[in-house]
Amino acid sequence: MAVVAPTTDAPAEVPGGEVLPSSSKHAGGGGFRSHLGSLVFLLPGAVWLALIVVYPLIATVIRSFFDASGQNFIALGNYKAIFSTTDIIVALKNNVVWVVLFPFLVTFFGLVFAVLTERIRWSTAFKTIVFMPLVFSATAAGLTWASIFFIDPHTGMVNAAIQGAANAINPPGLYPIDPSTGQTVSGLVATGVETGPGNTLQSKDTVSAGSTIEMGMIGISPETLTTNGATTAVAPTASSGAINGLVWRDFSPTHPTARGQVFPDEDGIPGLHLALLSGSGTSVATTTTAKNGTFSFPNPGSGDYRVQVTATNFQAGFNGIFFLGTQSLTPTSSLNPTLSAIFSLPIVDIAMIIAYLWIWAGFAMVVIGAGLAALNREVLEAAQIDGASEWQTLRRVTVPMLRPVLVVVFVTMLINVLKIFDIILNMPAASSQGGAATLAVDIYNDFSSPTGEGLAAALAVVLFILVVPAMLFNLKRIRG
Amino acid sequence: MTVQAASMPVTAAAPAKQRRFHMRPSRIVINIVLAAIAIFWLVPSVGVFIISLRPNSDFEVSGWWTVFTAPAQLSFSNYQQLFSAGFKAGGVLDSLTTSIAITVPVTVLVTVISSLTAYSLVFGRWRGRTAVFLLIVALLVLPLQMALIPVASLYKVFDNATGLPLFGSVVGTIIFHVAFGLPFGIFLMRNFYSGIPHDLLEAGRIDGAGEWTLFRKVVMPIGIPALASLAIFQFIWVWNDLLVALIFLSGNPHETLTLFLYGQTRALASNYWIISTGAMISIVIPLIVFFAFQRYFVRGVLAGAVK
Repeated sequence: MAVVAPTTDAPAEVPGGEVLPSSSKHAGGGGFRSHLGSLVFLLPGAVWLALIVVYPLIATVIRSFFDASGQNFIALGNYKAIFSTTDIIVALKNNVVWVVLFPFLVTFFGLVFAVLTERIRWSTAFKTIVFMPLVFSATAAGLTWASIFFIDPHTGMVNAAIQGAANAINPPGLYPIDPSTGQTVSGLVATGVETGPGNTLQSKDTVSAGSTIEMGMIGISPETLTTNGATTAVAPTASSGAINGLVWRDFSPTHPTARGQVFPDEDGIPGLHLALLSGSGTSVATTTTAKNGTFSFPNPGSGDYRVQVTATNFQAGFNGIFFLGTQSLTPTSSLNPTLSAIFSLPIVDIAMIIAYLWIWAGFAMVVIGAGLAALNREVLEAAQIDGASEWQTLRRVTVPMLRPVLVVVFVTMLINVLKIFDIILNMPAASSQGGAATLAVDIYNDFSSPTGEGLAAALAVVLFILVVPAMLFNLKRIRG
Repeated sequence: MTVQAASMPVTAAAPAKQRRFHMRPSRIVINIVLAAIAIFWLVPSVGVFIISLRPNSDFEVSGWWTVFTAPAQLSFSNYQQLFSAGFKAGGVLDSLTTSIAITVPVTVLVTVISSLTAYSLVFGRWRGRTAVFLLIVALLVLPLQMALIPVASLYKVFDNATGLPLFGSVVGTIIFHVAFGLPFGIFLMRNFYSGIPHDLLEAGRIDGAGEWTLFRKVVMPIGIPALASLAIFQFIWVWNDLLVALIFLSGNPHETLTLFLYGQTRALASNYWIISTGAMISIVIPLIVFFAFQRYFVRGVLAGAVK
């Protein structure tokens, strides 16, 4: 088998006879002694394995048929119990997500990296960089990647990148309204304004050239105003041919209940984008409020207008995606709890799979790379001489020849993720632990609970049964 | 330090060299793509390292990547603060020593016992060797969850009988780790020893050498590369374990580094400075082992493609 080859090729140079022990004092070492000797050698390993691996394996199967106390035989009672909860559905679902996605992805990346590194000069450096995370514990790697996926764009790198892109495409307003926290635009209405179409506000009254209009808003924090450079509100003065106005924070600390009057301790609302709407509701002019909240439309022409505070002012910024949570990437809201547990795809599973790929892609790359190096170069060269392109050679010759190695990597990673445990304890947010749990996590939780031993044993047997096909695969491969 | 030293074209012929300088557009694309991947792969380690060098107050306000505009804020104060607790149980230095106290004995025991067992499997002449080897192969992928409950019970029986606590002790953790390290160790060493000609041992036997002498003077020296691979692989495997320590060290005030880190996750946001610093401390030794013995580690990994 190609993959195991690097170690089975054993001693490259077996030392000659001179290394042989010179002591002829041990004369008389016959058949019996050598039998005894080698059986004594077997003893420590055999006892250790028998006591801590083989006996427990059988004992666990038996234990799974007894209740929590371990005294009463309950046949399949534990199995019925675990399969009657949604916990096992969630765990099996998560195991399936891992098993379906991870072995395939890691083998794919390993193959791509192994093939591509053959075409660069700094392949040693590349391999070292990609291989290095293998020395990270899944605990340290999970915690590291948790920080990368933190929800706050100030600390989480991925959310920071998304925020940067989102702000470039769709800049947030100066006065963001976040609907997810229950805020609405209508909550800003105080004096002379009403809600308009979309997330807009507009003046309650119409206004015409030569007159003024005052629009009072509340629900905007003094901090936001300070940040945006607000100064004390100034009542507008009329000028002929123009519409002058004021938008201000209609809340005075000294007159907390008085509305509609501009007090000296009230600030204007600066930087608001305003539109002048004609009678038919179309925008005929735009402007922005000054630091003291005043604005002016110089030449609107005759007619009655309304002043609109546009939706862009209230555009919520990107506040981060909760990558470490269990909200589903598939629509499951209309399903009952059982179906929803089956079909939901927690976003944190994907985040964890990315972290786990970071750990293991180097392993796949090195194993596949070793297989690649062992391939018969003549066959590859013949294919290229016959006019096959690089892609065709890869697709039709290299990959089929590498198949055994790819299968080994795939199966190894499959076994690995069937037992996946550490990263699930360390990467998802505390509130998402339950929804991200796998069989191994459930086993640990049941084992740690005072009445869960029987259930833990049954779950362990389920996990064992899932691993059996891989066990048989290995046996078949080793026997040849 | 090289993953594959043989791939370096040190003595490439002159014409071939010239051709290499004419990079085709596809080559340039490959170089750029792989450079981007390499950077992507470095980012998490670099990020967590920088976080460990920043005060926690900065962590909550701005991303670690902002240090590239203000590198002056970096310091080792987080490390100093963690180390200042000394070797108190539950501190990072105590965890470091606990990890060493578990990992080193496990590594030694697994390599020694594995080579003895493998010797017997390859050079012994008792019946059933193939069957035992196949059993070992089957055990390679056995989930250790299958052993937790009975071994914990065994330990408790032992505790009651002798008064020596195994459950919750470093020794109990070591015993369990060794058991689950053995199948891979025996598998690897058995494959390696299979390549040693039997004639070599027969000659020694005729000269009257005992099995122990043959093992120590002939087989062990030849097996050193494989032993090194096994030792390194086993070392990193046990060093990085969380599950076994979580169960068999439970109730013990001394924690391994992984337990120390896991213990910090409950309050993730507020103490990420401890987590990042602890994570860096926890990977220092594996990193040294990795860079010092990369060749052996890679060999272990190649053989470990079955675990």
